[in-house]
Amino acid sequence: MSFVLEFIVSLLIVLGGVFVLVGSVGLVKLPDLMTRLHAPTKATTLGLGGVLLGSMLFFLGAEGELSIHEVLITLFLFITAPVSAHFIAKAWLHRHPEHKGELSPTGRRYGWSTYDPGPGDQVGEGRRDAVRRS
Amino acid sequence: MATHKNERSFLQRWLPHPLLTIVLVVLWMLLLNSFTMGGLVMGLFLGIVIPIITSNFWPERPPIRAYGKALAFMLLVAWDVIVANIHVARLILFRRADQLHTRWVTVPLELDSPEAITVLAGTITMTPGTVSSDLSADGRSLLVHCLDAPDAEEAVMQMKSRYETRLKEIFQ
Repeated sequence: MSFVLEFIVSLLIVLGGVFVLVGSVGLVKLPDLMTRLHAPTKATTLGLGGVLLGSMLFFLGAEGELSIHEVLITLFLFITAPVSAHFIAKAWLHRHPEHKGELSPTGRRYGWSTYDPGPGDQVGEGRRDAVRRS
Repeated sequence: MATHKNERSFLQRWLPHPLLTIVLVVLWMLLLNSFTMGGLVMGLFLGIVIPIITSNFWPERPPIRAYGKALAFMLLVAWDVIVANIHVARLILFRRADQLHTRWVTVPLELDSPEAITVLAGTITMTPGTVSSDLSADGRSLLVHCLDAPDAEEAVMQMKSRYETRLKEIFQ
């Protein structure tokens, strides 16, 4: 493996490591759950991306074959990260109905789906409980 | 739905989502990371069986109209993700937490297919300082949490013009 390739691979891995570190720093530094949620959903995507790109280049240079696993890891990350972030945000909204007043208005006749029933919804026991608490 | 099921043709029953079949076979071959005949047979088996088993969960085909535009959109998002990473990293490292303009904003949606709204919400989560957190009960507006947005109007306008207009061209 040539020096140039080795240099690029190590640069990518270090860069990736720096971004993952920044994501972790964000988790410690930011004040509450909703702001903390920003750190892992973003700062880590480029961190992991850098490490994976480095890994691809390494296998291309060292063994002369293209490794596709890294592309798949990126794909799965892009599918799962927003969904889990959305779940965490919704769980937070459920646990903290006292913050309901801080949310911006929907601009529609109906409220946010975490708190309010929509058109044609049967207001069941759980929902009614959530509405009463808020 | 029962009457609809009987009208399905042979092909629709055994290959309900041809595109999903192709995606699954390609995905399986990529997971193996090397080409073998046995692997291809297994991939084809999974590619045919999984869409049949799961077809009840999504009776409609994904309504993508323009594949070229979808690809361009993915490249745009990839670029934005890189910019977002650097932007958020700078906010985390160099801005004091009490000086962040954290706020909730509402994005009124013009999109109406669930697939398009899912892609938009996912894109918003992956890009500059925004996490999509909730949908209004009638599914017509999106609640977005901004890490640092001095101007709420501008943040909403940017999300709508940059992503939603493009998604509208892809899905509608």
